[in-house]
Amino acid sequence: MNAKTADKIATALIVTIAAIIILILAGLLGYILIRGVGHISFDFLTSPPETIRAGGGIGPQLFNSLFLLVLTMIITIPLGLGAGIYMSEYAKPGRGTDFIRLVVEVLSSFPSIVVGLFGLLVIVNLFGFGFSLFSGALALTVFNLPLMVRITEQGLKSVPREQKEAGLALGLSKWKTIRSIMLPIAIPVILTGTILAAGRVFGEAAALLFTAGMSSPRLDFSDWNPLSPFSPLNPFRPAETLAVHIWKINSEGLAPDAPEIAAGASAVLIITVLLFNMIARWFGRYVHRKFTATK
Amino acid sequence: MAQSVGKQQPKPHLREEWVGRVYTFLCILFLLLTIFSMVYFVASKGLSTFIINKVNLAGFLTGLKWSPDSEPPLFGALPFLIGSFSTSILAAVIAAPLGFCAAVFMTQIMPKFGRKIMQPVIELLAGIPSVVYGFVGLSVIVPLFRDIFPGQGIGIAAGAVVLSIMILPTITTIATDALASLPAGLKEGSYALGATRWQTIYRIVLPTTMPALLTGIVLGIARAFGEALAVQMVIGNSPHIPRSLFESTSTLTSAITLSMGNTVMGSIQNNALWSLALLLMIMTFVFVFIVRMLERRSKL
Repeated sequence: MNAKTADKIATALIVTIAAIIILILAGLLGYILIRGVGHISFDFLTSPPETIRAGGGIGPQLFNSLFLLVLTMIITIPLGLGAGIYMSEYAKPGRGTDFIRLVVEVLSSFPSIVVGLFGLLVIVNLFGFGFSLFSGALALTVFNLPLMVRITEQGLKSVPREQKEAGLALGLSKWKTIRSIMLPIAIPVILTGTILAAGRVFGEAAALLFTAGMSSPRLDFSDWNPLSPFSPLNPFRPAETLAVHIWKINSEGLAPDAPEIAAGASAVLIITVLLFNMIARWFGRYVHRKFTATK
Repeated sequence: MAQSVGKQQPKPHLREEWVGRVYTFLCILFLLLTIFSMVYFVASKGLSTFIINKVNLAGFLTGLKWSPDSEPPLFGALPFLIGSFSTSILAAVIAAPLGFCAAVFMTQIMPKFGRKIMQPVIELLAGIPSVVYGFVGLSVIVPLFRDIFPGQGIGIAAGAVVLSIMILPTITTIATDALASLPAGLKEGSYALGATRWQTIYRIVLPTTMPALLTGIVLGIARAFGEALAVQMVIGNSPHIPRSLFESTSTLTSAITLSMGNTVMGSIQNNALWSLALLLMIMTFVFVFIVRMLERRSKL
C-alpha cells in the first residue's frame, strides 16, 4: 500500500473514532436526559422516597447532597488551601518535599471505596460520629484534599514572579504577600478548580456508603434547629445522598417505578454536574477576560 | 532571601509570618497524618485475618472458593483478583486506542475543532458520576449484550465497557498533554523529509510519547481497578471465576461494597473483607510506583 493511501485511511479512521467518542457522550447525555427529564417534576424533587409504593421522590436526598457538599467544602477549602500554599511556597526542595509529594499522589489515587472504609473504621467507629453527614463530609474531605492541594499549587504557580517579588521587596512578610498579592491573582484558577471538585463531590457515592449511611430518617423541614434530631440542618444524622440513592434503588429497589426514579435522579445528578461544569467554564472565561482585558 | 528581610521587620510582621507558617504546616501535617493512619488502620485490619484468624495467606491469594458462611468458612480471593484485573485491563485495551486517536485528532488533525468541541466532551465525560455510568450500563449495555451474546449480559464484558468509557478521559487528557508538548522540530523534520502525517504519527510521535501514553494507561487501569459502584452494578456479583466474558463474576471492590454492611465488625468474615481492601491499597501503591518509573523514563 502506498504511503499516501495509508495516510488517508489512518486519518479517516482517527476522525471516525473521534466522532464516535462525541457520539458516545451525546448518546449518554441524551439517553439519561430523555429517560429522566420526563420524570422530573416539582413533586419528584421535593417529596420523600417510597420503599414499596410507586410515586416516591428524591427530596431529602437532593437536600442531603447539597448540604453535604457545603459541609465538605467548608472543611476542604481551608485545609486544601493551607496545604497547597505550604507545598508551593514554604516547602524547601529536597527529599522531604519529594516524599510529601509522593504521599499526596498516593492519597489522590486511593480508590474512593478505600477512603470510605477508612472513614467507617476511624470516623464512624473510633471517633464515634456514627453514620452521619459529618462523617461523610470528613471522608469526602480526605478524598478531595489532594485535588484541592494540586489546584492551589497550580493557582499560585500562575502568579507572575515579579508580582510576588515586588511584594517581598516592599517589606511585606511572606505570608502577607501570599495572602494579599498572590491569592487574589490565583483565585480564578483556584475557584474554577474548586467548582469542578465540587461537582466530583456531588456525584461521589462509594466513599459515602459506609460513612454518611444508606438511610435517611424522616426529616421535618419546618424544624431548622441544627441540634434537633429531625432537623434537616443537623449534621450528625445519617443521610443518604442522591448518588447513593441511585445506587441503592438500582441494586435493591422494591418500588415498582424504581427504574424511572433512578432515571429521574440520574438526570438531576447529571444536570447539576453539567451546571457546575458550565459555571466553572463561564467563570474562568469571565475572569480571564477581566484580567487580560481581551474580548 | 525572604528570611533575611524578615529579620529586620518589626514584631507584628514577624508574628503574622508565623501565623502563616504554622497554619500551612498544620494543614500539610493533617494531610500526612490522614494518609499514614489510613495505611495503618487498613493494613492492621486487613492483616488481622492472617494473624488473629489464622487464615493462610497463600490460600487467601490462590483459593478458588469464597464462601464466608460455610463451615469451615473458605476465603479464596482469586476469583475477585481475576475479576478486578480482567475488567480493568480489558477496559484499558478498549479505551487506550480510542484515547490515543482522540488525542491525535485534537493535536495533529483538527486542533481548532479539538479544542472547541472535543476537549469539553472529554471533560464532561470525566465529570459524569460513576453511579450514572453504572445506571446506564445496567439499562443499556447489559440488555444489549443479553440480546447479542449468550448469557445474562452481565459480567466482565459489560463491566469493561462501562469502565472503558469512564477511564477514557484520563487516558485522553494525558495523551493530549504529551502530544502537545512534543517539540515542533521533531514533527517538522519528519514532514521535511517527505513523510506523510500518518508516517510521522506512528514513526515519530508515537515512539517519542510512548512513556507518557503508558502513564495514562496505567492511571486509567488504576482508576478502573478501584472503581466500585459502577462495576458492582453490571458485573453480576457471583464469587466464581467465569468461563466466559458474559458470565456473572465479582471484583475486589464489588465484594467489599456488597458484604461490608452485612458483616459484624471484628468477625472473620469482616476481617476477610478488610484484607480485600488491603489488596486494593497495595495495588494502588504498585500503580503509583509504575507511574513514577514511567515518568522518570519519559524525562530522559
